[in-house]
Amino acid sequence: MKKVLLTGNEAVARGAWEAGVGFAAAYPGTPSTEITETIAQYDEVKAEWAPNEKVALESAIGASLGGVRALACMKHVGLNVAADPFCTLSYVGVNGGLVLLCADDPSMHSSQNEQDNRYYARLAKVPMLEPSDSQEALDLIKLAYEISEAFDTPVMVRVTTRVSHSRTLVSMGRRKAVKQKEFVRNPQKYVMVPAFARMRHRFVVERMGRLAQYSETTPMNTIIKGSRNLGVISAGVAFQYAREVFPDASFLKLGMTHPLPEKLIKKFARGVDKVFVVEELEPFMEDQIKALGVAVTGKAALPVMDELNPDVVREGFGKKRKRHPVEDTSKLPQRPPNLCAGCPHRGFYTAAKPLKPIVFGDIGCYTLGVLPPLSMHDACVCMGASIGVSHGYSRVGADKKQKSIGVLGDSTFLHSGLTGVLNMAYNKGVNTVAVLDNRTTAMTGGQQHPATGFTIKGEPTKAVDIAAVVKALGIERVFVVDPFKIKETRAVLKRELEIEEPSVIISSAPCPLMTRQKKKTPFVVHEDLCTECGSCLRINCPALTRRGGKAFVNNFLCNGCGVCAQVCGFGAIVREGEQPAARPKKAVAKK
Amino acid sequence: MAKEDCNILIVGVGGQGNILAGKVISQAFVAAGYDVKQSEVHGMAQRGGAVSAHVRAGEKIYSPLVPETSAHYILSFEYMEILRYLNYAGPQTTALINDLRVDPPSVASGGMKYPDDTLDRVKQKTKNILVVDANKVAREIGTERVFNSVLVGVLAAYLPIKKNIWVKVYKELVKESLLDINLKALDAGLALAGR
Repeated sequence: MKKVLLTGNEAVARGAWEAGVGFAAAYPGTPSTEITETIAQYDEVKAEWAPNEKVALESAIGASLGGVRALACMKHVGLNVAADPFCTLSYVGVNGGLVLLCADDPSMHSSQNEQDNRYYARLAKVPMLEPSDSQEALDLIKLAYEISEAFDTPVMVRVTTRVSHSRTLVSMGRRKAVKQKEFVRNPQKYVMVPAFARMRHRFVVERMGRLAQYSETTPMNTIIKGSRNLGVISAGVAFQYAREVFPDASFLKLGMTHPLPEKLIKKFARGVDKVFVVEELEPFMEDQIKALGVAVTGKAALPVMDELNPDVVREGFGKKRKRHPVEDTSKLPQRPPNLCAGCPHRGFYTAAKPLKPIVFGDIGCYTLGVLPPLSMHDACVCMGASIGVSHGYSRVGADKKQKSIGVLGDSTFLHSGLTGVLNMAYNKGVNTVAVLDNRTTAMTGGQQHPATGFTIKGEPTKAVDIAAVVKALGIERVFVVDPFKIKETRAVLKRELEIEEPSVIISSAPCPLMTRQKKKTPFVVHEDLCTECGSCLRINCPALTRRGGKAFVNNFLCNGCGVCAQVCGFGAIVREGEQPAARPKKAVAKK
Repeated sequence: MAKEDCNILIVGVGGQGNILAGKVISQAFVAAGYDVKQSEVHGMAQRGGAVSAHVRAGEKIYSPLVPETSAHYILSFEYMEILRYLNYAGPQTTALINDLRVDPPSVASGGMKYPDDTLDRVKQKTKNILVVDANKVAREIGTERVFNSVLVGVLAAYLPIKKNIWVKVYKELVKESLLDINLKALDAGLALAGR
C-alpha cells in the first residue's frame, strides 16, 4: 500500500480508528489536540470535546463499560486533572479496550510545566507504550487495544511534542470489525468500595507480573544488533536521535516502557561493553535499570530538562559537535507570541491597565498579556486557578492595598472555573473575576466548547449561558461588557473592584481569527495629528509600529478593532475613509 | 541510486504560512520517492512568534530535526528571521531570503533596532545567498496571500524534484478555487530563482 505522510497525532487517530475505536473524548491541549480533531472526522467514531480531561476519561470509561473500544486524549497537565479516575480505573479495568493517550511537552513549547508523565504509568500500575514516529504511533495504538482487552487494563500511550507534530511516512490499514460487548454486572470488579478495591489491587499487582512477562517477548521491545563496543537503550523520539548519533551501536529499542523487560535488559547489557540510556526528561528508565544492578550512563551525560536533539545527544556523550563558532542569537530582537491584531483581550487589558490591579491569570491566549508593554499578569498556575487564587488573596485582606482581579477565558472557565466561582460565593468572597469570553478555545486553535453551540462534529447543540451559570452558582453581581468599548469596560471594572462583594464581569467579544469574523475596515494614522507620544504603541498591537517617528498602521494586519483609536489623545487614528473629528476627543488612556 | 540527504529549514513569523509550505515541500519529496520527516512547532508560536519547520529527505531519515551546521537550504519568509537559525548554516547552505520586514514588538515600540547587518552575517556562513521580494511578485499576480507559494517556487528551483510533481502536490493540498493562483505563484518563484 502507498505510504502517506502523517503527523504523529494523525497517525494515533488513524490507528485508533483501525483498531475499531467507537468513542473518543478529550479536552484540547497542545500537543494532543489534533488527535481528537482527526478522529472526529470518522463517521464510525462518536467523538466529543469534554469540558475537561477528567470528564473525558470518565466518559471513555463509560464507553468501555458499555462494550466499545474507547480513547481519551490529553496533554501532560491534563492527566493531573484526570488522575483521580485514572488511578482507580487501573483497578476497575475495562470491558471494551481503553487507551489513555497522553502527550508530554518537553521544552514547554506551549505548557506551564515540563512534568514527565511516564511516572503516572508506575503510579497507576498501568502498562505504557511509547512510539518514536508516526508509523509506530499507528501500530502501537492498535496493539494497545489488544493489550487492554487481553490483560483487563487501561493502557497509557505516551507521546511527546516532537512525535505528535512531526510528519513521517505511514502505511495505513483497514478498520477492524469489533463487536460491541455486553455489560455484565460485576460489582466486585467495577464498584471500588474498600473491600472490593483490596481484591482488585491484588489483581492489579498480579497483572503487572503478567505484563512484565509480556514486555520480555513483545516485538515492541527489540534488540538491533550492531557493534559490541556500545549498547544504547532508548525509547520514543530519543531513539531516533540516538540512531543518528550512534549509527554503529547496538540498540535495545523499547516500545513498551512500563513494565520494563528486566531479563531482556540484562541480556542486552551482557552483550556489549558499555550501555548508554538515551531518554528525554527524567531518568525514568535509567533509575529502574540501575536498580537491576546494570551499570549505565544516562543523565550523567544528558540534561533532565528540555527536549533532546541529535546535537545535544552527541555533545552529552562526548562526541564533538561538528560546528562553527556558535552564533549568539540571544541579542536579536525577540519575537514572542503576541495577542493578534483585533484580539478582544487587548481591549480588556487596555481598559484595566490604568486601574493597576494585581492580575491573577489563567491558561489561554490572555496569558500573553504578561508581556510588556501590557504587563497584565501577576500569577498564573493552572487551568481555572485564577478564581481560587484571587479568592484566597482577597480573603486574607491582601488586596486592601492594591485591588486584584482573576482573569480567565470562557473555555477555561467551563473546564475548571465553576467550582472556583461556587467557592467564592459560598465562602463570602469579595473578589472580582473577569471571564474573557471569545466564544472559542483559542490558544489551541479554535475548538468548540459547551458555550459555543456546536459539537466537535459541527452539529448545533445546547449552548450554556455563562452569565446564567455564574448567577446560579450564587454570584449576584454579574455584568456583561464589550471589551472594544474601553471607557464603559473600565467604568464597570473600577466600580466592581471597589465594591466589597463577589462579582463576575463577562468581557464578551468573539475571537476574530478562530471564529472567522469578517475583517473590519482598518484604521489609518493621520500624520499631521500624530504627536509621536507612543500611547497607541503601548497596547502592543502587531499592526502598529513607528515609521519615521510617527505611528503607522499596517493595513494588511489591522483588523479594525479600534482600540488604538480610543487610546490616542489627539484623534490621529481614524477608520479608513473617515475624517478625523474636528476637535480631538479626550483620550481614554491615562498617559 | 541512493537519494542524497537534503536538510531544509523554513523559517518566519507565525501566520505567514510557512508550516503549509513545509507540508508542500515534504509531500513533493514523498512523491519523488524519498524517505521524509518534517517537524514543526505549533501552539503559542502561532501568535506572531518565530516559527520554524524542519524538512529532512533522503534514503533513510531518523531524526525529524535538522542537525546544527547541516542545513542545505534555509528559506526565510521574513528578512531578519534567518539570523535566529544561523547555527544550522554552513558553507553548503543556500540562503533564500524574502525581502519582507515584519517588525518584532520590541522594535515596533522603539526599544530595539531592526538588525541592519543581516546579509553580512549570513555571508560569514555561506556564499550562496538569494534575496527575493516574493510579496511584490505575489501582488503583481493578484494577491499578496500567495507569497508563500512564490517562495516555495524559489526553493523548488534548487531541488531535485520535477515540475510535474510540484503541480501534482499542489492539486492535492490546495483548494480548487485557489489552485490556479498558487500555481502561477509557484511559476513566478521558479522564474525568480533564475535557474
